[in-house]
Amino acid sequence: MFNVNDVRNDFPMIKNHPDLIYFDNGATTYKPQVVIDAITKFYTDYTSNVERGDYETAIQADRAYEEARKCVATLIHSEQKEVVFLSNITAALNQIAYGLSKKLNKGDVILTSKSEHASNLLPWYRLKDNLGVEIKYVNVDDVGRIDIDDFKNQCDENVKVVTFASVTNVLGTNQPVKELTKIAHDNGAIVVIDAAQAIGHQPIDVKDLDVDFLCFSSHKMCGPDGVGVLYGKYNLLDEMDPLLLGGGMNARFTSDGKVVLKDAPHKFEAGTPNIEGVIGLSAACKYLMDLGLDNIHAYEKELRGYMKEKFKELDNVIVYNLENESGPITFNVKDVFAQDAAGYLAANHIAVRSGNHCAKILHEIIGTDQSVRASLYFYNTKEEVDYFVEKVKEINLESAIGIFF
Amino acid sequence: MAENSLLNDPMILRELIMDHYQYPHNHKLVKDDRYLSRHMASDSCIDDITVQANIENGIIKDIQFDGVACTISTASTSMMSDLLIDKSIEEAKTIIEEYNKMINHEDYDADILEEAIAFQNVYKQANRIKCATIGWKAIEEIIKESEGIND
Repeated sequence: MFNVNDVRNDFPMIKNHPDLIYFDNGATTYKPQVVIDAITKFYTDYTSNVERGDYETAIQADRAYEEARKCVATLIHSEQKEVVFLSNITAALNQIAYGLSKKLNKGDVILTSKSEHASNLLPWYRLKDNLGVEIKYVNVDDVGRIDIDDFKNQCDENVKVVTFASVTNVLGTNQPVKELTKIAHDNGAIVVIDAAQAIGHQPIDVKDLDVDFLCFSSHKMCGPDGVGVLYGKYNLLDEMDPLLLGGGMNARFTSDGKVVLKDAPHKFEAGTPNIEGVIGLSAACKYLMDLGLDNIHAYEKELRGYMKEKFKELDNVIVYNLENESGPITFNVKDVFAQDAAGYLAANHIAVRSGNHCAKILHEIIGTDQSVRASLYFYNTKEEVDYFVEKVKEINLESAIGIFF
Repeated sequence: MAENSLLNDPMILRELIMDHYQYPHNHKLVKDDRYLSRHMASDSCIDDITVQANIENGIIKDIQFDGVACTISTASTSMMSDLLIDKSIEEAKTIIEEYNKMINHEDYDADILEEAIAFQNVYKQANRIKCATIGWKAIEEIIKESEGIND
């Protein structure tokens, strides 16, 4: 197991803001120095475009770019050629929805849940409008966990796509991905996993899970913004049409409009990619694997458990996911609007997220439109949790308005 | 503001915000064709309010609002309704202008804003400026629309 104080020294944001308690890791994560250095090195040492150079620095950039694919593949246990770099998970989910739309017909069903983030619902809603496919929601319990019996019942021959987050973004609930995937596959459905809140927090093995597609953003796993990963089983990537067309993704084209595409993954990466981002992501993968994803997950579980016990002592809060083993604590302070509670915490140098967290239909399950989400990562400490809980205890309507005076 | 005014006391101002949040004034939407309406939800992830106003012959006869919103949004809209009801459009515009100056931390006329000076420190929490102006923006737009109709 790593030493959290050593880990904290790796993060310039922590050094530069020693008093700030950052519990908004579900939104984005801090970047270790090695990631920043990798990006700087690309711009100071070997700036070049990729896939088209005959000179030394271009070859170096190309190598670093493909090396990143290998790093990501190692992280998620896939083949290197099954890793596609896009701008973020939203782009990846849109690519998948577009690609699968070619296989879908009126009356086909996309099965999902009401815990999902906007980016895994809106691209499917468009297929509903354009193709007449149906969106159905599987029952979930009060922390958003999919009801396996209902899932089995709903998985009939009309269900062509099953899609959900392996860890939900508001409540941090772990779905039984492997079990659900098996059921979906037995019924001939394709499984698409949003791993935005899982990546970098726990080990992910796409081969073991047997999912068809899985995507995530780099910035939620210590990597830079503007890069996301689309993993797909190679045969599915091979038969899928790219959403974007342009340079870098075609093998040749002629004036009569005939285009021959490159093979996957390159056919999905039109235009100059975010090279610095991909190189930064590569460094982030190495950093996390050096710490060990098992270690990270164990540390986060311990910290989450510690916070849970502390929260049990509070009588001014309603917690929506207290018993979850990992992920954020999502709560409201009684009689205080979520943003007012977050404002009080901000005034006390604690960063949390308030609102509906882009999961705008989740309220149908947890019965509240808005909440405060305190999301942890492996560089957070028990001391920070202590201070945070102390401050949460102080929140009431008076103290929340008090910050304006 | 007169030196002996209660509105110089931060405790009183805080109480005012709490009171307008817990018991907002003019907090009931009406179904009446004379009212113009603005739904304000696009700017922020949370606040979702609707403001209605009945403007006749250049006078704001009534303002009502409702919705889901934080203390600052709710209380500032409630106070806005108190301040602007029965004012002429011209008077209302002046008050709105002074309020916006205060929120943007410029010199402003405190007397004209009455209780609304409770929001004088919102500029220190930049992310809450939207909250303190959401209802005020709505009435500004409604006034503009009413002028358009009268043109």
